[in-house]
Parts: sequence; C-alpha cells; structure tokens
Amino acid sequence: MAEVKINVDDCIGCGICVKKSPEGYEINDEMKAVVKNPNAPGIKEGADDCPTNAIEVIGDVAPAPAAAPAPTAAPSTKPGLAEYKGVMVFAEQRGGELVKVVIELLGRGRGLADELGVPLSATLMGQGVEGLAPQLIAAGADTVYIIQDPRLEKYNTSCYANAMIKLINSIKPEIVLYGATHIGRDLAPRIAKRLGTGLTADCTELTIEEGTNMLLQTRPAFGGNIMATIMCPDHRPQMSTVRPGIMKAIQPDASKQGEIVNFDAGLTDADVMTRIIEIIKERKQVANLEDAKVIVSGGRGVGGTDGFKTIQALADVLNAEIGGSRVAVEKGWISKDHQVGQTGKSVRPQLYIACGISGSIQHRAGMQNSDFIIAINKDPTAQIFTVADLGIVGDLFEIIPVLIEEFKAADFGQ
Amino acid sequence: MDIIVCVKQVPDTTDVKIDPKTGTLIREGVPSIVNPDDKHAIEEALRLKEKFGGKVTVLSMGPPQAGDALREASAMGADDMVLLCDRAFAGADTWATSHTLGEAAKKIGYDLIICGREAIDGDTAQIGPQMAEHLELPQITYVRKVESADGGKIVCERALEDGYERVEANLPALLTVISDVNKPRYPSVRGIVEAYQEKEITTWTAADINADSACIGLDGSPTSVKKSFAPEPKGEGEILEGSTSEVCKQLVTKLMDKNVVR
Repeated sequence: MAEVKINVDDCIGCGICVKKSPEGYEINDEMKAVVKNPNAPGIKEGADDCPTNAIEVIGDVAPAPAAAPAPTAAPSTKPGLAEYKGVMVFAEQRGGELVKVVIELLGRGRGLADELGVPLSATLMGQGVEGLAPQLIAAGADTVYIIQDPRLEKYNTSCYANAMIKLINSIKPEIVLYGATHIGRDLAPRIAKRLGTGLTADCTELTIEEGTNMLLQTRPAFGGNIMATIMCPDHRPQMSTVRPGIMKAIQPDASKQGEIVNFDAGLTDADVMTRIIEIIKERKQVANLEDAKVIVSGGRGVGGTDGFKTIQALADVLNAEIGGSRVAVEKGWISKDHQVGQTGKSVRPQLYIACGISGSIQHRAGMQNSDFIIAINKDPTAQIFTVADLGIVGDLFEIIPVLIEEFKAADFGQ
Repeated sequence: MDIIVCVKQVPDTTDVKIDPKTGTLIREGVPSIVNPDDKHAIEEALRLKEKFGGKVTVLSMGPPQAGDALREASAMGADDMVLLCDRAFAGADTWATSHTLGEAAKKIGYDLIICGREAIDGDTAQIGPQMAEHLELPQITYVRKVESADGGKIVCERALEDGYERVEANLPALLTVISDVNKPRYPSVRGIVEAYQEKEITTWTAADINADSACIGLDGSPTSVKKSFAPEPKGEGEILEGSTSEVCKQLVTKLMDKNVVR
C-alpha cells in the first residue's frame, strides 16, 4: 500500500503526473493535481517526473503500466524526427549590421553542433546583406543561407516568418536559435506556432542531453526566482530565443571556409502584413529603477547631498539610474522614489554599484538579485561584500573619480 | 470597435520569497494580481473604446479564481468577461494556450486584440504573437504608443532596444503593449459595484469553443518542463587589491570581459 502526498503550494498544475498515471492522478477544478488512486500503476513515475517535486510517495507502489512510453525516447526512433539535422542560427541584422547576439549564438551553436556531429548554419535575411556572410563564417557557421528581397530590407514579422518557415521546411534543422531581442521575440513565436513546434523563451543555458541528443533549454521564470529546464521531445525543430550577452562567442577565424547558399523564399506583396513607416533611433530614455540596466546607489558613506553629486557623475558616465539606501533617503539626501530595499524598490539590473552602503538585510533584499554587484566601502567587514561579485575596500570619494576616467577610457556601456 | 483584451492572473513575483533551507519558492501567502502589462492593455482598450465606441471583452484562461482578475478588469470599465476554465486546459504551454485563447477569440468576435507584452510569472512574451499567428492577424509587439486607429488601419510606435519604429497594420490586428503605453486608471466605485455584484462571468469549457483535444492542455504542448530549481547561489565575491588606480583598471577590465552590461 502506498501513501501519496501532494504539496498543493508547489503544484503548478502541469498535468505531467496525470500523463504518467491517468488512473493515479487527476487535475481538480483549482488546476491542482490530486490523487485518485495511490495504488494505480505509474504513481511513482508521476511523482518522479513532477517538475517541482511536489509529490511524495511513501511505501510500496505498483509498477508503471507496461505500455507507458519510455520517458525520453531517442528522436531517431520516432518517425520524421530523424530527418531533422543540424543547428541553425537566425542572423538578425539591422540596417546592414549584425546584432551582437548573433555572434554569441554562433559561438554556442558551434558547441552544440560539434557535440551532435552536425553542421552549423546561419540564416541572413535582408537586401544587399551578402557582405555580412564572411563574418558569420568566421564566427563559426559552416553554411550561410542568404534570403534577399526588397520586402526583407526592414524587419517585418510576416515576411521574415514566411521566409524563415520556407527555409526551415526545406533544410530541416533539428535546432534553431534566435536572439531574445525585440525582433527575435516577435518573430520566433510566430514561426513556432505555424510549424507546430515548441519554443523556449529567453534561455540562459543550452546543453545536449546525453543519450537522447535532445536540447535542454534552461531559463529563468518567476522574475528570476526559479530556473526551469524545458525540452521539446516530439517536435522539430527545437527552438529557443536566447538572452543577449550570456553565450560566449568564439574567437573569429577569418581563414575558416564556409558555404554561401542563396535561397529563394518566393515572397510576394501578399506576404506583407505590416508596413514600417519610419525607424527612429534615440538615446535610451530615462527609465525608472525597476527597468534600469545599471544602477549606482549611495548610502550613509556618501555623507550628504553634495556627496550624491559624485554618485550622479558615475551614473552619468554609465547612463545609469541613481538609487539610495534607507539612510540616504531618511536623511533627505535623495528622494524616496530612489530608495532600494525591502521598504523601497526591488531591483534587478544587469549591474548594481553600491557606494558607501553597509548592506543591511533590508537593503540586500531589494538588490541581491541583480545580475552583477559591485560594492565600494571603507569597511572591509561591511555586509554588502557578502552579496558583491566584486568589491573595492576604500574611500568612495577617492575611488569613484578614478573609476569614471577608466570607464570613459574604455568606452564602457556605449 | 470591438476589442478583446487577454488577461492573466499571476502571483506577485516581487513578493515571492525563497525558502532559505530548501531553496524553493514560498508560494503561500503570495497575493494574486492582474499581470501588470495586462493592465496597460485594458487601459488602452478602454481609451480606444471611448474614442470609437464598441465594447471591450476581457478574456482569461485559468482556474475559477482567475475570475477575480476579470472582475478587476471589468471594474476598470471592460464590458464583458469570459473565462476559459476546464481541466483539459491544464498543463498548456504557449502553443496550446494561444490555440485555446485564439479559438475563444473567434467565438467572441473582434476588430482588435490587445495583450500585455508578457506575464511576470512566465516571462515568455509568446502568447500575443502565437495568437496572432493562430488567427492569421498582423501583429505589432512592444507597442509604446497607439497613434491612430481609424479608417480600418492602426498605427503604433513599437519600441526597439535603441529607439522605436512607427508601424502600420490593417485591422483586425493584434497588439502587445509595454508599460510605457499609458497609465492604467483606477476602478470607479460604480465599476466596482457592477463588476462584483451585477455582472456575470461567462465561463466556457473546451467543448464550448469546440477545441480539438490534441491542441489544448498538455497534449497540445510541444514543450515540457523537465525540472525546475532554485538559481545557484552567488559564488564568493572577489575583493580587488592594489592601488586605487590598479583596482579601478581591474574592475573595468573584468566588467568588459564578463560582458556584464549588454
């Protein structure tokens, strides 16, 4: 006799347990899993496969039904899937220039392709963009597919999607990667939908599963509070959008040989669903703290309103927003809307620079999920150093002016 | 102009805490809210309705309690509420969800569909584009401003990383909006009374929208979650040593090497 417990708080109602053991589990009206029969076949497998480990099985259990499919069958055993071979990268360009993430995708794509023993291709779309192909080959591509058409000169969803779908159906790659840019995240979902395949958004890690050769796609969810690994077992291609700045590019190799293939997508005016009237470039608008990429924060060590001018100078050179600790706000050195912490704002910028902040629990609660943290503080025992990736012990008024010059010299963040 | 707004009820992720012992999410006591981007979608729909007439229908897929999100939207001024609620919808990824919402949208009828860019629990931003594909509609995503919507056409500003573009599409169309697009209104007292005491939520099951069971829920989902886990705790940080000029140089070099700011 088995006893099965389900932690309702952890259940996300995904239904995987029901699939493993239709007689053992069901989803109730609250979209939570409940136990129908703890002694049903497959009850243990349902618990084992629960992605949030919400199910606990105690005692002896019935074995899985004999007919149950293997949890992860090799793709080659499924008809059709084996036809899909190779890794493809969508080589996004804007105004005739490759977007940086493309080179990163080729770097990671190269690794995946080598592990699978398959070729890596890049797909370049636009008008008069063939000159970019050598860069893609140097960055790792074996083949560059070029689709040129006046309708592809500026990005528009339907033409790009239609062209890409034709190419994918013709080449049949097993993996297609897109940058998680405003264009990649507009385009890829549309392609996935029409191809009837899966798409995992904003991935930060891509690996190949041993044995099955399937793509394991890992991404943050719940505002970065949890990570999830997603698979696309029965459909091809396996597609991901990938967060810019995460994957490592390989050293460009100008001597690398590659093939350039022109592909005719046969677009007509009927493929055009939206028209770009104009594209306007602008310097990043002043954003609020929650959306800021970089935040420079000051605390007790800043000493006063004048001290915040130093913080402002550093923020200016980094195109950053300014934050403050509770002390700085309570003393009136900076206004309340800049306060970071449990009683202020929770932020997670790409870079957080804490200057003269001791790092009380309440401050750390509001900023410790930042991607990268720098702490500058006189006191080497300050709590802020426990969450910092890099720390400098010293007087912020001495350090920041030097730092500003270094950032300027390196053209950082421009 | 008849507008459908897709709304999701989500846990307030800014309120989510991690159990320090197990490293798992503590969901207990986390309030459910209307997904923030969706509030901007509702607001934009109400403004268009005020200009052009028609009605605004808010649509959600979820358990019965997701009706609270619809009532909140209705209190802001939405006319009708439709909840897609069926065990058969459970376990849906974005493919299956967009199929389900798309089939419901066909049944409701529309000139325009507005979604929030993304939900704060899943952060995929895929439902809008995939619904547009399902319905074969033009899409404009990352909308930061609706310029005009008359003469059977809509013109929007679509945000890009380094600026924006002005895009035109024929109606019917689908938009996904970002928070820059407007400031959502507060519900009026009359709106609250109507939404919570007078109006009824229309609830549809899979059968009501004639959904093909192979295209919804777990069966209609090409992707599956293999596992979920707490992000790795931060490794030990590094304290830079040396003269002021040396540590500043090191720091900038390390930031560049690690590609910290993108």
